[in-house]
Amino acid sequence: MSNEKHEKLVNLIADMEEDEALTLTQELIDEGAEPTAILDICRAAMDIVGQRFEDNEYFVPELILAGEVLDQMSAMVKPLIADTTDEEDKVDSGMVLIGTVHGDLHDIGKNIVTFMLDVNGYNVIDLGVDVSPQAFIDAIKEKSPEIVGLSGFLTLAFDSMKETVEAISEAGLREEVKIMIGGGQVDEQILNYTGADSFGLNAMSAVNQCKEWIGEAA
Amino acid sequence: MTPKDSDRDPKELYQERVERIADTVALKETDRVPYIYLTRFWNAKLADMTSKDTMYDVEKSISSNRKAIELLQPDAFGAANYAYGQALEKLDYHPLEWPGGGAADDVCFQYIDKELMVPDEYDEYLFDPTAFYLQKYLPRIATGFEGLKHFPNFPTLSEWNIIYNLRAFANPELQESFKTLMEVGEMVDHSMTKMTEFIKEMMEAGYPMAIGGFCKAPYDHIVDFLRGSKGGMLDMFRHKDKLLETIDKARLLLNTNVVEGAKLVGCPYVFIPLHWGLDGFMSPDQFNEFYWPSLRQTIHDLIDAEMTPVILWEGDCTTRLEFIGDIPPGKAIYWFERTDLHTTKDVLGDVVCLRGNVPPSLLNTGTVDEVNAYCKDLIEYVGKGGGFILDGAASITDEAPIENVVAMAESVRKYANK
Repeated sequence: MSNEKHEKLVNLIADMEEDEALTLTQELIDEGAEPTAILDICRAAMDIVGQRFEDNEYFVPELILAGEVLDQMSAMVKPLIADTTDEEDKVDSGMVLIGTVHGDLHDIGKNIVTFMLDVNGYNVIDLGVDVSPQAFIDAIKEKSPEIVGLSGFLTLAFDSMKETVEAISEAGLREEVKIMIGGGQVDEQILNYTGADSFGLNAMSAVNQCKEWIGEAA
Repeated sequence: MTPKDSDRDPKELYQERVERIADTVALKETDRVPYIYLTRFWNAKLADMTSKDTMYDVEKSISSNRKAIELLQPDAFGAANYAYGQALEKLDYHPLEWPGGGAADDVCFQYIDKELMVPDEYDEYLFDPTAFYLQKYLPRIATGFEGLKHFPNFPTLSEWNIIYNLRAFANPELQESFKTLMEVGEMVDHSMTKMTEFIKEMMEAGYPMAIGGFCKAPYDHIVDFLRGSKGGMLDMFRHKDKLLETIDKARLLLNTNVVEGAKLVGCPYVFIPLHWGLDGFMSPDQFNEFYWPSLRQTIHDLIDAEMTPVILWEGDCTTRLEFIGDIPPGKAIYWFERTDLHTTKDVLGDVVCLRGNVPPSLLNTGTVDEVNAYCKDLIEYVGKGGGFILDGAASITDEAPIENVVAMAESVRKYANK
């Protein structure tokens, strides 16, 4: 990052200085900065945020605030971008299908994982909450993701996750996807119970698992 | 069960169980580790009912509760007291989806995480929480409360203005809310009366109550009920001073209410499940600024009022262990969900009675042998010298196979803590 202001903006975002970061963003836009350069700044800042999260320096509140700052910056920059969508940018990236399993309505953990995968360049398709096995299967057939993430907070999710993994197998799709599970009560025992490939305790472990399976996203 | 307590005098058993738990809280060695029974809907599974059955029929709720308590013979019990389905429906209560009310018949109820107070309203809450609740908050959480937005602001009125403002009670929307609330009140009274009779019956049968009151950590109260999880986390950065001021205000309100309630019930155990202070959800610095000081004060205040706080540390709280021992020794229960109890015993064993933590994954999907082995280890290591109550990591999960729960309850009689 050659430009001094760009570097400053990276640090403001990474240091959770929301107001100053947004002011400087506007300043850069007013000075004619390339929108793509600002999005690169976001990416660089999120690398730092992700690293600090992994180092136990940052926690969920910092991820949420970083997400808010990025949303606001995207909203400021988007009108200046010609109609090349994010989706197109991410066509070659790894695709992750994610959802909270049937019977469970909790989405805080899923949303954080979705956000962290998204800022790490993965193309994430979020099916929402209370997602039936059939809805996962339909989406796998339609979107051909490399990875499926099953989220659940309640203990009833153990069975829903198991049913979903089994349904994916019965549909003949199990070899097509890696399946990771996560959420409040999930542990090694539940990983074995459900027949998924991996479980994680936080958003960065989901990102790292995706990197291990399909490499760094574009 | 082995051995059976059922042939003994219930009064004697009751006293023995009360003392076993009290001594355990006081960190004294007891004849065996006590086991406390608590669940949401496992009783329904045991009695071949759906969760919905026990939410819509208080008699079914009671008969299934009775069946569970008689089967498990715990040292204390918390009744699964959720037979308020009709009341929730009549109220059209929004923050919850429950079996029969948006959720499937055989699952647990679930809270909907939502922002119900915007940041600009902190000042209104701080100035007059009662007015804010009546006129703003309650109308947002249930259709049945909507008319309360017309409720007069009495503390601002005097002389003839009091009389003039009674006109509000002619408002059709306020009248409609009152009618709804009177009907809901009857429904709740019906269930609570029956449940109170049942609790008395169980106490006479020798089983002490495990919960006399319910409270929240002040930060959780703001996040769970007012600001929502996202708002609560963002406010630590964006509205720090208002958040801290509101936490203080909420603490005072909560404590007054819970102490009065628990004294009325005659059971000193005040249950405080924690939601947002666990590892990962905030940094140690944030924990020590926004979470722990007000919770610690709540614990001290309850102990001063001769209550026994029962703090359920949800999730993993390993990084919190170094801070949370700063309470009067032998006066509270710390119940841990995922935090390793061996480590916790080493760090906090001289300060606070520990409780837990047979994992839901094991209870739901393990074998009886695995449950036995897990309980044996807890009893022998964490129970050594006293100060340990066996329980599920977060009570008995609704889906747990009956044989696993029975094995867990029996384990305190099978394995010695010496």
